[in-house]
Order: sequence, then C-alpha cells, then structure tokens
Amino acid sequence: MITLDNVSKTYGTGEQAIHALKPVHLHVPQGAIHGVIGLSGAGKSTLIRCVNLLERPTTGRVFVDGDELTALDAASLNRARHRVGMIFQHFNLLSSRTVFANVALPLELMGVAKREIRERVEPLLELTGLADKRDMYPAQLSGGQKQRVAIARALASRPKVLLCDEATSALDPQTTLSILELLQDINRKLGLTILLITHEMEVVKTICHRVSLISAGELVEEADVGDFFTAPQTRLGREFLNAFLELEPPQALVDRLAAQPGDDTHPVVRLAFTGDSVSTPLVSRLARDCDIDVSILEAKVESIQDRTLGLMIAELIGPADKTREALAYLESHDLQVEVLGHVQRDA
Amino acid sequence: MSSAMLELILEATLDTLYMVAVSGLIATALGVPLGVLLYVTRPGQILAQPLTNRVLGMVTNIGRSIPFIILMVAIIPFTRALVGSSIGTNAAAVPLTIAAIPFVARLVEGALNEVPPGLIEAAQSMGATPYQIITKVLLPEARGGIITGLTITVVTLISYSAMAGAVGGGGLGDLGIRYGYNRFNPTIMLITVVILVVLVQGFQMLGDYLVRRSDHK
Ligand SMILES: Nc1ncnc2c1ncn2[C@@H]1O[C@H](COP(=O)(O)OP(=O)(O)OP(=O)(O)O)[C@@H](O)[C@H]1O
Ligand SMILES: [Mg+2]
Repeated sequence: MITLDNVSKTYGTGEQAIHALKPVHLHVPQGAIHGVIGLSGAGKSTLIRCVNLLERPTTGRVFVDGDELTALDAASLNRARHRVGMIFQHFNLLSSRTVFANVALPLELMGVAKREIRERVEPLLELTGLADKRDMYPAQLSGGQKQRVAIARALASRPKVLLCDEATSALDPQTTLSILELLQDINRKLGLTILLITHEMEVVKTICHRVSLISAGELVEEADVGDFFTAPQTRLGREFLNAFLELEPPQALVDRLAAQPGDDTHPVVRLAFTGDSVSTPLVSRLARDCDIDVSILEAKVESIQDRTLGLMIAELIGPADKTREALAYLESHDLQVEVLGHVQRDA
Repeated sequence: MSSAMLELILEATLDTLYMVAVSGLIATALGVPLGVLLYVTRPGQILAQPLTNRVLGMVTNIGRSIPFIILMVAIIPFTRALVGSSIGTNAAAVPLTIAAIPFVARLVEGALNEVPPGLIEAAQSMGATPYQIITKVLLPEARGGIITGLTITVVTLISYSAMAGAVGGGGLGDLGIRYGYNRFNPTIMLITVVILVVLVQGFQMLGDYLVRRSDHK
C-alpha cells in the first residue's frame, strides 16, 4: 500500500546540507499498522512527510495505493492526497470551525455537495464518539477529543492510508490508550493501512504489527513487533527496549561492575526469555545442573500482543569454571543472554 | 446655536463618514488581496515568489513611509485626473485610499502570519489548492486579526480625513479649521472634536464586538 523506494531528504545545500533522511526503503502492506520509532531528530517527521509529499524527497520514489506520487503533477497529487489522511501531534484543527465543519473541510475541498457532506460526516462523528460535540469549537475540547476530531477529519475523504505524526505525544497515558484503541478499531473496521511515527515504545507495543527503527536518518532495523520486543537486533533497539522495560541493574551494582572478569569475580547477566523458554524452569535447572547459586536481582514479565517476554537480571555465584559452564548452558537455550559485567565476590 | 450651524455640523459629519467609507471600502478591497499576496508569496509559503514578494514589499513600504500630508499634495495631478477636482470630499478620498491600501495590506499580512503553519500543512495534506488554503483556512482563521486591522484603519482614516479637510477636503476637519480656528469659535471647535471622539469610539466598539464574535479561541 505504501512503498518508499530509495527515498532521501537533504535540507539545504553545500556546507550547510542536513541529510535528514538517508536513502531508505520501506514497504507497508495493505491493512498493516506499521510503526517507525526513533529518538528526537532522527528524521521521523521527515520520513512520514515524504509519504504524502508535504516534504518533496530529494531522491527516490513514493508509491501509495499503486500510484507513484513523486511522478504526479500538482492537480493529480492533490487528488491522490484525498486517499491519504494525516493526523498531527498538535491536532491542527481550524479554530474558526465547529467540530462538524472541521470534519467537513476535506469534503468541501473535494467539492462534495452539502447534503452528502452531512451524510458522510455524521457517521464519522458517531465512529469517533463525538456526536454530542458536533457544534462545539476546538477550544472547548480536551486534547483527546481534539485528536478524535482530527481522526474523523482525516477519514472524511475515505482514505486508504492514515499517516500519524506523533499523534499521541501531546496526550496523557490514558487518553493515549483510548486514541490508540480508536486507531486499532478503524484499522480493523475499515481495513485502513496505518503508518505511524512515535518515540514511545508503548505505542508500538499497543497497536503496531511491524516496526522500523530510525536512527540519524537511516532505517536500521525492521521487525515484527513480537520479535522486536523480544530480540531487537541492534544496540539502539536494545536501548529502547531496556528503557521501556525499565530493567536496568540497580545503580549500586552498576558502580561495582567491571567489564573484565578478575580473579575473584562472578558474572551478572541479563536474561530475556521468549517463546518456549518462558515456561521452562531454567533457573532452577541451572542451579542444579551447574552446581552454582543464582541470585535474582530483578525480574519482570511483559506481554507483547500475543507473546510473553520474561526478563531477569541475575548474579551467577560459583567458581569461575562453574559459572563459565553456566553461561554456556544458558546460551544453548532459546533465550538471550547478555553479560552486563563482573562483580567482586562478597563486595 | 442656530439651525444653520447645526446643519453645517451634520453636513460635515456626513462628509467625514463619506470620505472614510469610500476610502475604507476601496482600501479594503485592494489592501486585503495585497496583504494576502505579501504573505503567500513569501519564501517557503504556498505560492512562494521571492522576487514578486520583494517588489510588492518595497512598493508597500514606500507607500507607508510617505507622510500623509505630503502624499496628499504630491498626488494632486493624479487626483484631479481621477475625480476632476483637487478639492472636495471625492478629491480627499483619493489620497486617503492610497495611504490606506499599504496600511491595510501590512495589517492583513500580520494577521495571516498569526495563523499556525500546521493548519496550512493539514490543508495541504487534504489536497487543498493554494486558492482553497487562502479562502478556507487563512482568511477564516485570521478573521479576528483582520477585523482588528480594519478597525485600526478606519480610526486612522477618521483622523487623516480631518487632516484632508484642512486643505479643502470638507468634513469635520474642514469645519473645525474654518469656524473653530479661523473665526475663533471655540464651541464649533469643541463640537467637532467631540463628534470625532464619538466616531472613533463607536467604530472601535463595533470592531471589538465583531472580533469577539468571530473569535472561538
Ligand atoms: N525544514 C527543515 N530545514 C532544515 N532542517 C530540517 C528541517 N526539518 C527538519 N530538519 C532537520 O532534519 C533532522 C530530522 O528532523 P525531523 O523533524 O524529521 O526529526 P524527528 O525524528 O521528527 O524529531 P522529533 O521527534 O523531535 O520530532 C533534524 O536534524 C532537523 O533539524
Ligand atoms: Mg517530529
């Protein structure tokens, strides 16, 4: 439904050129909810704005619903944009128009007759839970309600694709959840393809099917959400995940961690259990089979859509040869092992 | 006060209103589009035309920098060619209009500048043409600011029209100078001042009311 082929964006020229987006490839199939996550300034907005050509890519081609947008003249592009809705972080509603008139705007732009506008806007207000707010002005609405108006407005032209630029970043967690549920509902009911950008793992976890990680203008990783949350392939991916899971070793321990093992040290590991390994009693087996002690410092279980993810930070306490053996044992199983460092015994 | 005097005052008031109305309406009709052009042709704007923008900006600035009293005298030949005379209310309306056009244009440009750029982007994402962005987004969203600007223009025109009156334009300024100053009639002087104050106050209140009504922020 959406294909970016070698799309890049450079602002400015010569010395001051900013390569906001390096050449990227991205394909989002019909009906998917695809998230792009990255840090501030990574190029997320640039990427999503290239999809509907709010930003003209410097190189590359953009396809939406079979049309090459980058090849269209101004009039055809405007027509093609009716099939691509967009919502924004700051809602961008017209303060001079009521809720109804805001939602009607795209239809007015398309030249739809008044009566038909009413017939199309009313159901959208129902769908987004705004029927009783019909004649209010945006200033009288809460942030969540404003984003609902923006969603209804974006759907008015019956688009195939919805672009969401940090659509929930200005909202509190609870409102965020209700907006995400609405988006999911729309995706299911209308088969709408959604491309969203965010800096929040929570958003990706809650509604995305697939996710791309963007860093310094490059898409460095792409995976199904279940895989990304259980086994991110890049360092940045792991950082995002750890920050999201808030599973960092306690500071007191970090201060004592040495990168290299010494004479009298034992390893501290972070274990991520996924798939079958979640339900296997690995820790007790480890202690028994390798004859070591395992001290669990932190542990947590998260469910990511249909997957379960178990996380643990533990010290493996025993003689050096035994703990080495224990690490090998862990690595031979279906779980991720990361040695965070080594601490002095009895320190 | 004699009824002849009252008639004179009434006539002068109507003359002032006539000059303000004619110049205000024409200046709005020309100044609003000029202000829109100044805004939309800016670099990076929806109809970016940097050269056109610079030329329009320069012309507007020249218009705004000429003192009104000098403009009035300088364009006498033009005024005479246009309305057939260099005195009277019609003749006074010409320089008033010319002075007000760039004034309105800059105030409109300023009002448009207050419209959040995100709204233009949202409209573009909906496939709006530049013309639709102007009529459906920019002008309605800037309505309050534009009305404020037009109110300032009308108030300024009232005081300028009094100045025009001093050089044969008619209206309250003319009356104040001829009777109040030249014939030293303080009552007439006072009455013209009071009427001018009431007019300014009235238009300001009307403007404020219209702004309040169009403001949903
Ligand atoms: N119009 C522009 N002109 C010049 N540089 C720009 C422009 N827009 C964005 N940039 C630069 O491009 C880079 C990527 O910006 P972008 O807005 O895409 O980041 P982002 O990932 O959306 O960040 P945030 O999370 O803060 O919104 C930044 O370095 C930014 O300064
Ligand atoms: Mg951004």
